[in-house]
Amino acid sequence: MTALAAPLAERGPTDWTSTEMTQRIARRYRAERNFRRLGLLALLVAASFLAFLLFTIVRDGWTGFQRSEARLEVVFDPAVLGVDPAAVGRAGGDRLLATADYPALLLATAAQLGPAADTLSDAAWLDLRETLQADPTLLGQRATIWVPVRSSIDLLAKGKFDLSAPSDSRGVSDEEVADWRWLERENRLRTGFNGAFISGADSTEPELAGIGGAALGSLFTLAITIAIAFPLGVLSAVWLEEFAPRGWLADVIELSINNLAAVPSIIFGLLGLAFFLNIAGLPRSSPLVGGITLALMIMPVIVIAARVAIKSVPPSIRDAALGIGASPLQVVFHHVLPLALPGIMTGTIIGIARALGETAPLLLIGMRAFVTDVPQGVTQSATVLPMQVFLWSDDVQRGFVEKTSAAILILLVILIAMNSLAIYLRNRFERRW
Amino acid sequence: MRLLIALLLVLGLAGLAFLAGRARGERMAVAAAGGNSRLGTIHSRPVHHGAYVALLALAPALIVLAGWSLIGDRFVEGQLIGTLAPAEQPASRNDRQALMNEVRGLVSGDLPTAFNPLAARLAPAYAAASANADLLAGALAVALLCAGGLWGYSRLRPDFRARNRVERLVRAVLLLTSVVAILTTFGIVLSLIFESIRFFRLVSPVEFLTGLQWSPQTALRADQVGASGAFGAVPLFWGTIFIGAIIAMAVAIPLGLLSAIYLTQYADPRLRRWLKPMLELLAGVPTVVYGFFAALTVAPLVRSLAVALGMTDASSDSALAAGLVMGIMIVPFVSSMADDALTAVPSSMRDGSLAMGATMSETVKKVMVPAALPGIVGGVLLAVSRAIGETMIVVMAAGLAANLTANPFSSVTTVTTQIVALLTGDQEFDSAKTLSAFALGLVLFIMTLILNIYALAVVKRYREAYE
Repeated sequence: MTALAAPLAERGPTDWTSTEMTQRIARRYRAERNFRRLGLLALLVAASFLAFLLFTIVRDGWTGFQRSEARLEVVFDPAVLGVDPAAVGRAGGDRLLATADYPALLLATAAQLGPAADTLSDAAWLDLRETLQADPTLLGQRATIWVPVRSSIDLLAKGKFDLSAPSDSRGVSDEEVADWRWLERENRLRTGFNGAFISGADSTEPELAGIGGAALGSLFTLAITIAIAFPLGVLSAVWLEEFAPRGWLADVIELSINNLAAVPSIIFGLLGLAFFLNIAGLPRSSPLVGGITLALMIMPVIVIAARVAIKSVPPSIRDAALGIGASPLQVVFHHVLPLALPGIMTGTIIGIARALGETAPLLLIGMRAFVTDVPQGVTQSATVLPMQVFLWSDDVQRGFVEKTSAAILILLVILIAMNSLAIYLRNRFERRW
Repeated sequence: MRLLIALLLVLGLAGLAFLAGRARGERMAVAAAGGNSRLGTIHSRPVHHGAYVALLALAPALIVLAGWSLIGDRFVEGQLIGTLAPAEQPASRNDRQALMNEVRGLVSGDLPTAFNPLAARLAPAYAAASANADLLAGALAVALLCAGGLWGYSRLRPDFRARNRVERLVRAVLLLTSVVAILTTFGIVLSLIFESIRFFRLVSPVEFLTGLQWSPQTALRADQVGASGAFGAVPLFWGTIFIGAIIAMAVAIPLGLLSAIYLTQYADPRLRRWLKPMLELLAGVPTVVYGFFAALTVAPLVRSLAVALGMTDASSDSALAAGLVMGIMIVPFVSSMADDALTAVPSSMRDGSLAMGATMSETVKKVMVPAALPGIVGGVLLAVSRAIGETMIVVMAAGLAANLTANPFSSVTTVTTQIVALLTGDQEFDSAKTLSAFALGLVLFIMTLILNIYALAVVKRYREAYE
């Protein structure tokens, strides 16, 4: 070190081969390698967190797409159903079949399960009705059908309980375990694809709950969001980029948009609650209000993306169009916008993906309502996919854990697909000028 | 429903007006060309003539329909209530609303039978009156549409400047769409301030901003005024800062900064192509998924860690679990801000340092990070603003108990958690409890606004310095 500290003029050439210098260089290179490893480590920590998250969700969630069913030999006895066989063939017979006493039939039939008679789901009679409605000739006949079992039996069949644990801490009673063993022994249990999970709506029973209602609610909400945010966002980007005169108005608009883009999403929920629900009196919990609120939230995202895309169209395009006599509006709508469209679409898809995953503002406008029907329109109560995840994650019943994870899987697949589409559009159509 | 039919009818007629105007424009153009089928010299293209006629037809009709959909029902309602004998008229606004809701339910068929005999009596009259009124409004709209369309049609001449008029209107529409952003900002500010003022009439702002006790559960009797719980929000502010600005940033700043450095300076392009989308994927995961993961997987791990460290009162909704997961969520954000800041550093500075014999890590630590520091700090401030406004992770993984503690293993609550808790339970309108959510929202809005404006100014000044 002394050699370096001396004034330059008195210092001889550095002896790079001396032990002092080789050690110093080795130390610096070591520090370099360590720093480099540290950077890689930071990325690996983030990656392993993501992998861990995806792993736990797939592990817990894939069984959510399956459900266990028990085999029943059913005799569709008209006497038990309270149906007159002669009347079924005549007009109004369909109604008769729809309103027959299936719960009584199920009660009578479940007896064949012996000790496990109470393991059937509360709504298993719906499957009896479905079978008979699909084929009315079965009335009075014998049929083998599979009906869903209670969530605890379902989870046992999927091996979700640690049966070696003491019975008071494993979350499932000895009777239920015995019932399940009986069903397995009698070969009356199977695990199959859970169609009701995909198409059905929410339920208090995990084995009956589905995400169809929430998915449709998301679709309605997003339709409203797109219908409002896309035209508003693109048109205001056009105005700001192409027509806005320099002045206070453009400055204020620009400031508002930049700030709105960074306002926490929950604040938009407060706006929706105070303005759309309490002042404008729009229907609570409806996709209409949710869609408007989310549209205001993602509009700045679309405006900012659209402005960048419009700005990147070279001025020569505008000059050429103006030169052959196009009006300013024709220049924009016939030439600039089509060329900017890939960039605008990318920004819009990213904005929509954000709206699809958003929960907080919708909580405040009441879209956490428990909705057991598939929504029919945009003014009816509905829930959305992320909200369904939130509601199920709040539920204490153990069967909802796999449902929550399964719903998350569906949500993630949709979001990844949307983001990939955005990246594809960006790479495929975006032109560098 | 009837309104929708009227709207479709009006739109259809406007479409016809467009076709008529365009056809006239084409005829004029052909005539100007001296009978050739080529277009001759008229001022505007046929499509502009068509658009001009359609707009003149559409605008008044749409205004009538929009106005009617806003006030029409109230008008019919007033007429209907007016026909009742004074003794039968509903006493309060609420009674009147309940009655009318029932009447509407009966008319639409949502309600099978009436509970209130008055509603059963009014239902047929309401159906008739509202059908008549809607018909009247529809007829008025169509009449205005025809008048406007015909007037516009009669004005078409070869030298008529249809395009200029249409374009002026379109530009006005463009301006209006831009103003929506201002209106939204105003809507947010007004609704927050309006409700907050009502809250501050019940609770003094000083108590709200400096009080140490937060228990919004109000008195037993709903009509008690002023006998509310404690509204000292300091524990909430502390919890928000503790989770969002301290724990989350302790995770996000090192991870985000180091990964940005690695990605911009070290990673070879192939690795970069894989790692960058991975970070973007981390940013695209919905917050409710992070919340679920924090509550179900991370929180139990943190709790068992606390128990292993010998803590007896370890909370299952610890600040650490929520903060950790929030930090991971913020990593891509910090990383991309740092990435931008580092790439904005002129390469001459980097090359100069490397040419002097400094290693890459020395260059990064001694030259690039100091040079990019304003940009990085700005990015971190934006990340803080995002973290303190984040809702779902803390709603699902942080607690509701307002503790003033610096122990990461105990439970704290945040502003956003409380807003959700206050507004999603049983809402009592106009109670201090419900209104306090808006005051919290106002504080959150102001906090994030200041952070954003300041951070954006820092980032902008920094970019200008190197441009």
